[in-house]
Amino acid sequence: MKHITDFTIVRREQLGEKYFALTLQHPDKLPGIEAGQFVEVEVRNCREVMLRRPISIHDVNVEANTLTLLIQVVGKGTRQLATLKEGDTLNLVYPLGHGFSVEGTRPLLVGGGAGIAPLLHLAKCYNEKGVRPTILLGGRTKDLIPVREAFESYGQVLFSTEDGSLGERGMVTQHPMFTASYDQICTCGPTPMMKAVGRYALEKGIPCEVSLENMMACGIGACLCCVTDTDEGHKCVCKEGPVFNAEKLTKFFETK
Amino acid sequence: MVNLSTKIHNITLKNPVMTASGTFGYGEEFADFIDLSRLGGIIVKGTTGERRQGNPYPRMAETPSGMLNAVGLQNVGVGTFCKEVYPRIKDIDTNILVNVSGSSIEEYCSVAEQVNELDNIPGIELNISCPNVKKGGMGFGTNPEMAAQVVSEVRKVYHKTLIVKLTPNVTSVVDIAKAVEQAGADSVSLINTMLGMAIDVERQRPYISTITAGLSGPCVKPVAVRMVWQVAHAVQIPVVGLGGISCAADALEFLMAGAKAIEVGTANFIDPTVTVKIIEGLEDYCRRHQVEDINDIIGII
Repeated sequence: MKHITDFTIVRREQLGEKYFALTLQHPDKLPGIEAGQFVEVEVRNCREVMLRRPISIHDVNVEANTLTLLIQVVGKGTRQLATLKEGDTLNLVYPLGHGFSVEGTRPLLVGGGAGIAPLLHLAKCYNEKGVRPTILLGGRTKDLIPVREAFESYGQVLFSTEDGSLGERGMVTQHPMFTASYDQICTCGPTPMMKAVGRYALEKGIPCEVSLENMMACGIGACLCCVTDTDEGHKCVCKEGPVFNAEKLTKFFETK
Repeated sequence: MVNLSTKIHNITLKNPVMTASGTFGYGEEFADFIDLSRLGGIIVKGTTGERRQGNPYPRMAETPSGMLNAVGLQNVGVGTFCKEVYPRIKDIDTNILVNVSGSSIEEYCSVAEQVNELDNIPGIELNISCPNVKKGGMGFGTNPEMAAQVVSEVRKVYHKTLIVKLTPNVTSVVDIAKAVEQAGADSVSLINTMLGMAIDVERQRPYISTITAGLSGPCVKPVAVRMVWQVAHAVQIPVVGLGGISCAADALEFLMAGAKAIEVGTANFIDPTVTVKIIEGLEDYCRRHQVEDINDIIGII
């Protein structure tokens, strides 16, 4: 069941220059949320922004009835959201889309940049099943991996940076632990990274889930704007995704 | 008690608020947010003879107070609609209308004929105005003779309420409206999207894969109100107004300009409950202005 609800911002945390996190309090009882699902956030007081902005759910606290959004400032909408303060309200349409299956006993979670957002809730969901995932986070520099310590309670955390400022130097796919033995790979991040991860998983026959991010209008499968070309034709990333089984995205992985 | 009920040809609407094709899926997408039976009508996704994939991504861009889209009639095709979708939605207690699209007169007729067999679909909206397909679509809606030809052919095979959806991308929308009225249309709806374009100057390329696309949202509303007013004064058949309606006051502008009903489109993306808010806003307006029957203010301008 999807909802439209006014949340209250109870915490705002700046994470380096480009990222910030908003923790939002539900007025009553937060419904169940799958790892990988997202919200459509209303952007108020910005004359150039009309549509909601899709933001993935970073963390969920069932006891406190809060959810946390990790947001990268990329354009007018997210710049306006960055001005929000604790105590402000934020209207969400949520929870949207299909999340990760949380399958496997030796999972690898691979995130890059803002794409690390859904992996925290995902790591927690694995922990609830008694599984500690390997979590590989990448970015161009250390500062572009906005959340690091929060992951440490939930699995083995590894880093790759292009400049070597944290963890191994290079891409996530060049990390020595990337090719260790896993029975499930989950990835979210820049498209070239997800393609490299997905191609590897398909080649090795490892089940792999990929969380896509396309431009969206409605977020609920009505406008058909956010489609991706799957092996079964155009599918809405908002409704049939954002998490797709890599096996259905061979066309996506073939293109550069 | 305020009367909000209006009529489009043989279709009685509980209230004048319908949803625009391509912005409300098959209605089901919004069932978590609103009671669909409160709506005057739902116009489902543009339906063609065969399944269509639509245009390549990217096919949407936000623009000031509006958006461009070039979805290009992605839909399951009339066969799947009749077999799989119709049974799921046919018992929703509102008027379900099908937006009928095509690339040729034969395709329009074939789709209309198949939809004619569906008992719980009291009418169709004939889409001769989609700007995002290479063949047909807007090509039929920009020329009075071609518009009349497709309407008269569909009229032969379709026996319920036939609404024809008009494009604003013409010199004289009145000429097209008169031509389709003459050809047997029971009603006209307007406006479809306006042909537009936007360029990403940093990447030095268009935002949308098809380069040009259809503009919708509040930015088109004044143009739409003007066209509805012109057409309502020029034809005898009822006019359905749409284009950027986001609140009850917007809906009232169209009603006062002469529309017997309205459709809400892009606003559904921003607030999935907006249609119900508009219905409640119309009731509130009528109470505040001592209007007993919404029909009393239709066409007062």
